[in-house]
Amino acid sequence: MELYELTAHELLDQIKNNATTPRDIQQSLKEQIERVDQKVHAYVRLFADGLNAIPDPQNACPIPIAIKDNMCVSGQETTCASTILAGFVPPYDATVIQRIKTQGCPLIGHVNMDEFAFGSSTETSCYGPTSNPWNLECVPGGSSGGSAAVVASSESVWAIGSDTGGSIRQPAALCGIVGMKPTYGRVSRYGLIAFASSLDQIGPLTKDVRDSALLLNIIAGPDPMDSTCIDRPVPDYTQSLVNDVRGLKIGIPKEYFIEGMQPDVKARVLDAIKLLKKQGAEFVDITLPHTEYAVATYYIIGTAEASSNLARYDGVQYGLRKQPDHLRKSTLVDMYEETRSRGFGKEAKRRVMLGAYSLSAGYYDAYYLKGLKVRTLIKQDFDKAFDIVDAIITPTSPTTAFKIGEKIDDPLAMYLSDIYTISANLAGIPAISIPCGFGNDGLPVGLQIMTKPFDEEMMFRVAYAYEQNTEWHKQRVQL
Amino acid sequence: MLSEKQVQQIASLARIHLNPNDISFLQKDLEKILDYIDQLNNLDVKDIEPTSHVLPLKNVFRDDVLKESLDQNTALSIAVEKKNGSFKVPKIIE
Repeated sequence: MELYELTAHELLDQIKNNATTPRDIQQSLKEQIERVDQKVHAYVRLFADGLNAIPDPQNACPIPIAIKDNMCVSGQETTCASTILAGFVPPYDATVIQRIKTQGCPLIGHVNMDEFAFGSSTETSCYGPTSNPWNLECVPGGSSGGSAAVVASSESVWAIGSDTGGSIRQPAALCGIVGMKPTYGRVSRYGLIAFASSLDQIGPLTKDVRDSALLLNIIAGPDPMDSTCIDRPVPDYTQSLVNDVRGLKIGIPKEYFIEGMQPDVKARVLDAIKLLKKQGAEFVDITLPHTEYAVATYYIIGTAEASSNLARYDGVQYGLRKQPDHLRKSTLVDMYEETRSRGFGKEAKRRVMLGAYSLSAGYYDAYYLKGLKVRTLIKQDFDKAFDIVDAIITPTSPTTAFKIGEKIDDPLAMYLSDIYTISANLAGIPAISIPCGFGNDGLPVGLQIMTKPFDEEMMFRVAYAYEQNTEWHKQRVQL
Repeated sequence: MLSEKQVQQIASLARIHLNPNDISFLQKDLEKILDYIDQLNNLDVKDIEPTSHVLPLKNVFRDDVLKESLDQNTALSIAVEKKNGSFKVPKIIE
């Protein structure tokens, strides 16, 4: 294998054994990006220093990393893939960026995403779509499609993404890599450009489960800048990587194996269950009865919070400011409306309007409040399930990667591609997607493992035990 | 059913100006999404407490300690327009 194809822990071992140097790794990635990014179109911005500056030999973890374009990096334009933030250069680092820098990981650059993370395909980006490295005509998933694509195409060793309704796990599944969303409150959201503040969580996209645990070690933990980031000690997550699931009880929710699911995706997930059974896990049929309401609930709560969070893009302080051309004299409101109309893409407008509607007088009870109540029911479903089981296993996505353009004009069809991932955000629980094979179309399939809040250790343990008995995570795309 | 006028009203709540082409698209899209959301009416949630946040957090306090923060120039570096060390914004009062 080439250097750029290795995992972070393999590279760290090689550095320790003097088999390679941080400089060689940078050079190898640089060449890979030059060779393949014109095909994948995943980077929206390469940082001048990233792969060029000579790393300090004292750095604990000199493994280069890619950052989703919604995390503030001091002195680097950060736009959420939206025209409305064009030219915004934050004067501070997000907390996760600070922590990654403290470990000495060079930041390669910002990677593509759906505008404001609104999407499941990375097609709503103002920079145009990113391709799935396994089939360039297909989407990489989204919204962290750039983060998943650079890891799958070995244009980065690992990446950081954010997950509001599946935005780390679904692209990880569609690109055949590992993506995990931590418990809500495990990782600081300070400096993450907000989409839905009660659902957003930052997490790692990596080539294997060990790298996922390593990266969570770096980014997790309390932060005085985010009062929703829980003051709770961070264990060494690599300690939970034991290849042993004997005696563990794993739940299979019947609501997740429904019609409309691609048959070969279902088959791969059932194969994975069979393997874990062989390894000694006990499987239990469970029910999460409110699953069918998750997508509707999410699109009320997510858009309501988004419409409030995106109210700040009004042309007053930063980003884009536009005056209507046709008016000789324009008011402040004209400026707001012109700025937002020109700065937001189609999907952003749709979501901001949907949110404004569900929060508006006369509709609040019927939509927003009802959404919050159904959220309680969904959360209770999981609470009850975790009284009986240690983990829950489901598919990550009902299909493998779809074609670019296939769903872009049908927002509802696009929303339904998150049907298996959304509940974990509504309930605030940790969830990981790991590769579990390929569909008949040759595209990767993802397996989702969910556990109770702050039990990332159990989640990693099950994921690792499966991974260590398969070869899927060792597959590399040849571009 | 959402009328064109309602779509305009929602857009104005969201401070978005729509051209006629956008309106018909959004009318269709929003209607379809709202129809889908209406399935929540199948549930009786009368006695259910709402969950706005999953964590059992109330007020989170910290000591009020004086610390370095962004200086004025750095904070203003993101401004669309600035004047006399302030963000310059369009005139509000006629």
